[in-house]
Amino acid sequence: MDRPIRVLVAKPGLDGHDRGAKVISRALRDAGMEVIYTGLRQTPEQIVNAAIQEDVDVVALSILSGAHNTLLPKVVELLNAENADDILVVGGGVIPDEDIPFLKEKGIVEVFTPGTPTSTTIEFIKNNLKR
Amino acid sequence: MFKDEKLDKIGQSFEKFQAGVNKTLEKRPERKDIFESGSGEVVNRLYTPLDIKGFDYEEDLGMPGSYPFTRGVQNTMYRGKLWTMRMYAGFATAEESNKRYKYLIEQGSMGLSVAFDLPTQIGYDSDHALSEGEVGKVGVAIDSLADMEKLFDGIPLDKVSTSMTINAPASVLLAMYIAVAEKQGVSADKLRGTIQNDILKEYIARGTYIFPTEPSMRLITNIFEYCSKEVPLWNTISISGYHIREAGSTAAQEVGFTIADGIAYVNAAIEAGLDVDTFAPRLSFFFNAHNDILEEVAKYRAARRLWARIMKDRFGAKNEKSMKLKFHTQTGGSTLTAQQPENNIVRVAIQTLAAVLGGTQSLHTNSKDEALALPTEDSVRVALRTQQIVAYESGAADTIDPFAGSYFMEAKTKDIEEKAMEYIKKIDEIGGAPRAIDAGYIQQEIMDAAYNYQKDIETGKRIIVGMNKFQIEEEAPKGLLRVDPSVGEKQKGQIADLKSKRDNAKVEETLEALRKACSTDENLMPYILDAVRAYGTLGEICGVMREVFGEYQQSVQL
Repeated sequence: MDRPIRVLVAKPGLDGHDRGAKVISRALRDAGMEVIYTGLRQTPEQIVNAAIQEDVDVVALSILSGAHNTLLPKVVELLNAENADDILVVGGGVIPDEDIPFLKEKGIVEVFTPGTPTSTTIEFIKNNLKR
Repeated sequence: MFKDEKLDKIGQSFEKFQAGVNKTLEKRPERKDIFESGSGEVVNRLYTPLDIKGFDYEEDLGMPGSYPFTRGVQNTMYRGKLWTMRMYAGFATAEESNKRYKYLIEQGSMGLSVAFDLPTQIGYDSDHALSEGEVGKVGVAIDSLADMEKLFDGIPLDKVSTSMTINAPASVLLAMYIAVAEKQGVSADKLRGTIQNDILKEYIARGTYIFPTEPSMRLITNIFEYCSKEVPLWNTISISGYHIREAGSTAAQEVGFTIADGIAYVNAAIEAGLDVDTFAPRLSFFFNAHNDILEEVAKYRAARRLWARIMKDRFGAKNEKSMKLKFHTQTGGSTLTAQQPENNIVRVAIQTLAAVLGGTQSLHTNSKDEALALPTEDSVRVALRTQQIVAYESGAADTIDPFAGSYFMEAKTKDIEEKAMEYIKKIDEIGGAPRAIDAGYIQQEIMDAAYNYQKDIETGKRIIVGMNKFQIEEEAPKGLLRVDPSVGEKQKGQIADLKSKRDNAKVEETLEALRKACSTDENLMPYILDAVRAYGTLGEICGVMREVFGEYQQSVQL
């Protein structure tokens, strides 16, 4: 691998609980990745712009407001529209199991629910990069 | 508590005990090299009078209902009246939430606690672009007085007390509450309840801020002033450690940062010209209850004593009511696991005991399914029943502050008070809580604690039953509550309808008056009330203030 994995950690929607986003950001960084955290209240458009500008390999979306079915697929759609479908998109947060098949169908490759060790997410990213 | 000669003797027997322990350890080591509390503090093997040297009953404890209030803020505590069992609820539309409130009142809930959806908490109407997908999700959508009327339909506001988890737009929601009461024929001086109204912890931990720190602090002192005259029974702020703890802080940080925020509000109000004893009796606090029951009880006791001392010594309060730290407690949402959710019932019961043994004034117990979704009616009932079992069956409410005088409890209470005070001193050095927040200091401390906690779980140093030990294969849980996605559309339709029916010229006029008042140092509450009465929407009212005050920009350091 010629350069470290670059990850955009983003919080779509209006929810402000960012403990998970910050903890995962630190864990990914400690695992040798370059992490950019967007901060709160990002629209799908802002997230996609940041992902392209920062030339990331992964977009990790953290959400627990219940708006995941609306906002997460939109991020994938917009990435595809920008021909940036080589970016791996994963999600995490309070997301009911029954919504996960729908999200996967929409291109969110994996969804990490509460209690997932950060090591699981790290391994998943390393093994599933699209580049 | 003990004379020197006595302590010498105890010292000698402690050494003997220790020698015996050392022999035991050679044969049989303890389960761990170091034992740590729920928030990572070292717990000693044994506590004796040696750990509370200099302890003075009168000075450090006093009687319940007396300074420094370590043993509680009332002199009969739960023997006179149980804590208020207040379940946090609200979702979807005002009509649906109204039904849930009536259900909770029937089930023995004693006060309402309103959860608002995120657009409402950030001052956007349901038809705003950023509200897409969020309407009615984590709470009820309130766009105007019309929604608020439906929310409290058939609930007499002179009979219930209502807590509203609302911060940045607290002035607007309070105005709506007052206006609904007017329509019910209830005057504002009869209204009892609390608005959270704690913006500092929003910047620190919860994220539903709107305006920059300065105008936010002004709105808060405006509310203090207005309510001291017009809504005297209302708790004008609930200074919240809850979210600070949920963001990952330790128990001592929860106390230290929350009280530092409290100091900032008192300072702001005094600078705005208010006398400390006019508003301080209406300040209230909100703490978390995590699983380490002993540490949590000590935390509440430490917080009460620390606040009493600060109000008396630092702010020169004269009225004892200004020195009483009254608090609401919620059990720890972040301690609940998505794995084996039934286990959460047990966690909540332990946390309920912690809050009760620590002397809380009101309590919200979380439901077992909250790591998965909003709670269902059944799971909320179990959570409420948990409180009722502790209240009526456990005996925990029958004597006041039963842990007082325990060597461990008093040592721990002192320790948390001292550690919290160190944080307060550091924040004072930075220039107060708003500055320490702008500098990212508080957020950074919490983030470090949160990351350490997560690492302890992943290395197995900290055991979470069902999550990193004693796991089982589980079926996906069934019957979770889902909010109908059509709520957003329904709310949009209602806003359009409202705007076509109301007196739009009147709305414009009141909004214009508010806009002008924002640039003066007048109290904004009467202007907000006028706009609310004219059915100006939350988004319109907050929009005017956004234009004048601007918006807060978060700075994140990882």
